Amino acid sequence: MKGLNMRLDTSGLNSLAPAHVVNDELCEGFMSLPSFQLPNSADFDTFQKKAVQMVKPAKGTTTLAFIFKEGVMVAADSRASMGGYISSQSVKKIIEINPYLIGTLAGGAADCQFWHRNLGIKCRLHELANKRRISVTGASKLLANILYSYRGMGLSVGTMIAGWDETGPGLYYVDSEGGRLKGTRFSVGSGSPYAYGVLDSGYRYDMSCEEAAELARRSIYHATFRDGASGGVASVYYVGPNGWKKLSGDDVGELHYKYYPVPKGNVEQEMVEASS
Amino acid sequence: MQIFEYNGSALVAMVGKNCFAIASDRRLGVQLQTIATDFQKIYKIHGRLFIGLAGLATDAQTLYQRLIFRHKLYQLREERDMKPETFASLVSAILYEKRFGPYFCQPVIAGLGKDDKPFICTMDSIGAKELAEDFVVGGTASESLYGACESMYKPDMKPEELFETISQALLSSVDRDCLSGWGGHVIVVTPDDITERTLKGRMD
Repeated sequence: MKGLNMRLDTSGLNSLAPAHVVNDELCEGFMSLPSFQLPNSADFDTFQKKAVQMVKPAKGTTTLAFIFKEGVMVAADSRASMGGYISSQSVKKIIEINPYLIGTLAGGAADCQFWHRNLGIKCRLHELANKRRISVTGASKLLANILYSYRGMGLSVGTMIAGWDETGPGLYYVDSEGGRLKGTRFSVGSGSPYAYGVLDSGYRYDMSCEEAAELARRSIYHATFRDGASGGVASVYYVGPNGWKKLSGDDVGELHYKYYPVPKGNVEQEMVEASS
Repeated sequence: MQIFEYNGSALVAMVGKNCFAIASDRRLGVQLQTIATDFQKIYKIHGRLFIGLAGLATDAQTLYQRLIFRHKLYQLREERDMKPETFASLVSAILYEKRFGPYFCQPVIAGLGKDDKPFICTMDSIGAKELAEDFVVGGTASESLYGACESMYKPDMKPEELFETISQALLSSVDRDCLSGWGGHVIVVTPDDITERTLKGRMD
């Protein structure tokens, strides 16, 4: 087997290549698409399959986003799990790409974080080259094209790109299988069936901001209740004409007893801080 | 699919001074989907003997019915309750009967024996007894329960302190497990009293 230095070359996809060749070491890092060394194996497909199984990331997540009268509401839980083990209860699953764009994280944490950061760079470069902000459509397509170029190589990404551009609110669903959907209401992750149940029954386009935030929060809460792989904190973001804003981050452990208080008289004893 | 992790559970028993406590979570799930949050995993055999069954819920319920049946036969023949040691041997024998097609359960047995001496023990699904002087754990959260118990357990605790310790150990352990939690259930048994309490916990 020859070819000791096999690399996946995706530079052909890069539409942002500068017209004049800049041979700057500093620039090279982010002007070109990142390239990854490929394993030097005789049977690449089998090796790849095994490697994918090995790093198969936990998919336990609930994220949702929807467009309503005043903008886009985005919400997510914060649990990271490896099989049955909860590895963190405080993961940031809503990633701020720039002040007008946010993305949600479901699937492989490393894949999502890396490609969102990568998308952030591309969006900024677009801004500098064209003297205006990238559209949500454009940003999501940028990400979808990259993910498509890695199709079948084991990336695991299920994301929603939400933002506000010249055409108003925008929302796209993008995944590592190459799918890209425009829509007004999405939920992604293992808890999504539960979240959809609450979201679909409570959704109206002409909701107020407060109503929408509460619907998003409640949807996440119900998903964390039913889904073992979702939990932690339900955070809610809103994207409006002035960019995104974090509205709330509620511990689901407390949210449950806010939504369903334990009837008085059933409690023998409240837990208090232990005195030392 | 691991059959022991199909329904999810957390079980723990601890020994105190002339008393013991046994605790479980309250979740019944089908893999990651939570079906019920008021599920009983600890069963009473008689006034001073309890068994918790972790693992596959359907097998746990079947096994429990067989154990109750056998204990009733014992009561009729001997006109007394079973000693915890005897009961543990019975459970072990019943489990080993199914050596090549086991009940997918891990039992945790706790009881007060002669002279109010507490007895706790656990087993694997084919009946290998494991006796302990301090605490035993079982279920999908067993790793984190070991950690919690190892650091929180003290010998010769009084019933009140024992309750607090076992509750805190259970609640903090299930917070690291996807498949168990959703509240807890604690039973503290002293020579002349049984206290049952339900714990509020994180519902995610």
